[in-house]
Amino acid sequence: MILTPAEWEIVRLSLKVGLVAMAVTLPIAFGFAWLLARGQFPGKVLLDGLVHLPLVLPPVVTGWLLLIAFGPHGPIGAWLQGWFGVTVLFRWTGAAIAAGVMALPLMVRAIRLSIEAVDRRLESAARTLGAGPWRTFRSVTLPLSTPGVLAGAVLGFARSIGEFGATITFVSNVPGETRTLPLAIYSALQLPNGDAEVLRLALVSVALAFGALIVSELLAQRSGRGMHVL
Amino acid sequence: MSFDVDVTKRLGERQIGAAFTAEDGLIVLFGPSGAGKTSTLNMIAGLLRPDRGHVRIDGETLFDSAQRVDMPVQRRRIGYVFQEPRLFPHKRVRANLLYGSHNAGRALAFDETIAFLGIGHLLDRWPRSLSGGEARRVAIGRALLAGARFLLLDEPLSSLDRPRREEIMRAIEHIRDVLRLPVLMVTHDSEEAERLGTQIVRL
Repeated sequence: MILTPAEWEIVRLSLKVGLVAMAVTLPIAFGFAWLLARGQFPGKVLLDGLVHLPLVLPPVVTGWLLLIAFGPHGPIGAWLQGWFGVTVLFRWTGAAIAAGVMALPLMVRAIRLSIEAVDRRLESAARTLGAGPWRTFRSVTLPLSTPGVLAGAVLGFARSIGEFGATITFVSNVPGETRTLPLAIYSALQLPNGDAEVLRLALVSVALAFGALIVSELLAQRSGRGMHVL
Repeated sequence: MSFDVDVTKRLGERQIGAAFTAEDGLIVLFGPSGAGKTSTLNMIAGLLRPDRGHVRIDGETLFDSAQRVDMPVQRRRIGYVFQEPRLFPHKRVRANLLYGSHNAGRALAFDETIAFLGIGHLLDRWPRSLSGGEARRVAIGRALLAGARFLLLDEPLSSLDRPRREEIMRAIEHIRDVLRLPVLMVTHDSEEAERLGTQIVRL
């Protein structure tokens, strides 16, 4: 299957948006997952709900909320403009933000499960061997949860590449800037002779999504398989 | 070395606790299942916080509810061999043994320790490939090499066949007689208690 240069550009942009969205969201997702798995604090149910909101909210609403927050008069948008002189509207960075927000709940769920699967008795063993909380985390909790964390990251990447509704609402459909695979497919569908392009881009989407799912599944299996021997 | 332990804790409906003083040697905490033996070890190790009481080792206070002293687990330098070995599944036997060895204090020689435990041939193996007796000997070695000033052993002989029990018993006798490391051991088996204990505390 041969893609045109313009189509390669779309694939390249989608991979960039997906990778950046995943990389930036990963530590945030880990933080939320850790709080939800281990934390005991009032309002935990509320935080849980808030993190999962993008999963059930209409994506258009999420996009609109992002638009309000990052718009020129929004709390984050005004701050970015005032301090750094940048805006994310109509930019690929905005597309990455939308993708990251939409991927967050999926990533938090996968990472939270992998943290909860770590046997805490191993952590107490580490403590009796002289390891403080930080070394225990670094040498026991983190390595044992890593396969699940990576599975969550890959899943988040796949979700980011497929993001449509929040992206088009938030940063519109700008060729070369915010027109990722799903938006390009949508645009091609509007054209009279776009069928061939739709087919090619759809096949690329399927291949990327399928590949990511398989990698994620293999990693998740690894994390569940006999790593805990007591 | 002297132990001065007096701790109580409410766990659900039950009130558990232990009070004893002991000198050097191997002290056996003896009692039926559910008497709170493991909880008592956890309280001494610092993994379970007593409601009130104190834990003093050689005059040093590790815990005292009246004085509000509660030393963190990792600073107590207590070797704890749990009932299940709790070896780190993502580290080979050698890395498990060396996990706590950079701590200051009287760390034992590595070669000497693996020799008397008979685990030299296991160093490159993964924990999941070890038998129950092997895993338990590695767990004992790991606790010793972390520079423990005394050992807590929780049912170290449970669910092992007779030859395996004999191996572990000899290792414990070596710790008691050759290394002369104080040991606090939990068991519900009177034969073990008689053979190994220099002092028996009944719960």
